[in-house]
Amino acid sequence: MAETDLFSLLVGPFAEFSFMRRALAGCLILSLSAAPVGVFLMLRRMSLIGDAMAHAILPGAAVGFMVAGLSVGAMTLGGLLAGCLVAVLSGLVARITVTGEDSSMAAFYLISLALGVLIISVNGSNVDLLHVLFGAPLALDDVALQLLALISAITITVMLVLYRPLILECVDPEFFRSVSGLSALTHFSFLGLVVLNLVAGFHALGTMMAVGLMILPGATARYWVKRLESLLLLAIALSALASVIGLLGSYYVNWPTSPLIILSLGVFYLVSLLFGKEGGVLMRSISFKHLES
Amino acid sequence: MGSLRYSSKQGLFGVLFFVALWLIALPVKAADKVKVVATFSVLGDLVKEVGQEHVQVKTLVGADGDAHVYQPSPRDAGAVAKADLVVLNGLGFEGWIERLLEASHYKGEQVVATTGIKVLKSGEAGHHDDDHHDDHDDHTDHHDEKHHDDHHGEKYHDEHKEHGHDDHHDEKHHDEHKEHAGADHHGHHHGEWDPHAWHSINNAVIYVRNIAAGLSKADPAHKADYQRNAEAYIAKLHKLEHEIEHLFEDIPEAKRKVITPHDAFGYFAHAYHIDFIAPQGTSTESEAAAGDVAKIIRQIRAENISAVFIENVSDSRLIEQISRETGATIGGALYSDALSGANGPAGTYLKMMRHNAHTLADALGHKD
Repeated sequence: MAETDLFSLLVGPFAEFSFMRRALAGCLILSLSAAPVGVFLMLRRMSLIGDAMAHAILPGAAVGFMVAGLSVGAMTLGGLLAGCLVAVLSGLVARITVTGEDSSMAAFYLISLALGVLIISVNGSNVDLLHVLFGAPLALDDVALQLLALISAITITVMLVLYRPLILECVDPEFFRSVSGLSALTHFSFLGLVVLNLVAGFHALGTMMAVGLMILPGATARYWVKRLESLLLLAIALSALASVIGLLGSYYVNWPTSPLIILSLGVFYLVSLLFGKEGGVLMRSISFKHLES
Repeated sequence: MGSLRYSSKQGLFGVLFFVALWLIALPVKAADKVKVVATFSVLGDLVKEVGQEHVQVKTLVGADGDAHVYQPSPRDAGAVAKADLVVLNGLGFEGWIERLLEASHYKGEQVVATTGIKVLKSGEAGHHDDDHHDDHDDHTDHHDEKHHDDHHGEKYHDEHKEHGHDDHHDEKHHDEHKEHAGADHHGHHHGEWDPHAWHSINNAVIYVRNIAAGLSKADPAHKADYQRNAEAYIAKLHKLEHEIEHLFEDIPEAKRKVITPHDAFGYFAHAYHIDFIAPQGTSTESEAAAGDVAKIIRQIRAENISAVFIENVSDSRLIEQISRETGATIGGALYSDALSGANGPAGTYLKMMRHNAHTLADALGHKD
């Protein structure tokens, strides 16, 4: 009896309301592609790039919004253009000049952000940036879902094709660059995937929250497993689980959805940080004692 | 203009200093027109109606703009600094106005348009009745409790029951409002009081009187004109009021239920006994929770609510989702926090109120 109650508690909302099913579908589709991208970002020690790219995308999306209103197409296109431009420019600068990619990326995303704020302010500021910031997981329509699915499919395909080169980029980018011309292609394709997933994410969760869905699952999974395949699968699973928890929480407790999803991931992360099998704080202290004795 | 004081800050703000000198040195009459800054389009329109040829109005948040999340630009600060009169709504509607006034060192006259109105609490239509001390007929009360339930769940519902007719509540509120009447609205944050007071025509009358008084103070020479214009406009408002009341006359009150994106129509609801239900709360500045959306969908199904509406300033995606899920048709766009462009269906306050009323009445089954 108790089991069926729990079952109906978990499944009921999704069975009764199609907006809940759409939100769940959107979040799961996004988990499938954003979490693996996040794992590679983490392995390449580029996690903060995700945040920078989100800032770079925001103005593009906002300008799209300004031109065409709340149209999925215009916002996506604007975000993609701004994001790719920043990624390509900073990558090129890093490869041609003396500065590293981190500083050129920071420089370009700041320029993009400032430009966006300027354009919006000059044009009378009717644009509500919060619409882009907050996203609307509960309002996903067919067009947005199709877009999410398309982006997810592209992401997974590209990652499968570039799987080996991506690993090489993670392990020893200097060596990879010296022996293969694939390095630049891999790098830019990967940055393109980051941008794509963030753009997809702002329809589902809002720009800032989308970064969370990308970065947190990978960072959490790292405390439990070492193998890349396991990392990818665990990250996807964590992300999907958090989506379900966030949606159900938002349904029962009546709190906004996207922060709840990210906070669930945050709780996973903090717990893993403490108790994780691979280098969690507690495990570490135990193994240090072991070494001393 | 006696209240203009520019004793400090002169060294740093040279331009301002000269403007001040100019204002003090010349009688107001010499300036062609009274420069008025209105915070948003509805106020801008009312000021134009009252001031007519004597005023030059600058509206900060223009047509179809969202004043909840507006960010003032330096140009706005410049306009405010040069203004003879600033007209704002108050009640926390323009959260950015205090900083803007401070930044532009504006020390002239301010009109808080909501001064003296009966304020409603957020998400609570019809609670602070016109005659709240004696007139709580059964129907109104039922209406109120229902509304509480819709918006705040059990907590508010209980509270309401506990306090019964809640005279204490009303008293407290009125005191507070007196305290805050005038320029100072520090205690009012969005979410406490519902600032969208202009959706009741009776309030608009008070708005107009406040604006006329402010203009008369800033430009005493044309006081008679302002009073005359105000009275002429108020006559138009009363006419519109009758028109709207007539529109809703033949719609049973039980059927007067509509869904809007954000909770902007509390005063309209109160005036014409319509239940407005909104997933987003009184500010556009929040994200909806799944529970609220689910509750609204259930309510639409249970009570056969036939129409949902979108607003010119709000994200309509959520309303579209609700419409898809329930089969309720989108009854049209309501103008809530801003007028439309001059050629749109809600270019002036009168047009906006008429448009909203007709849109609602049509969707609720009024037959012409």
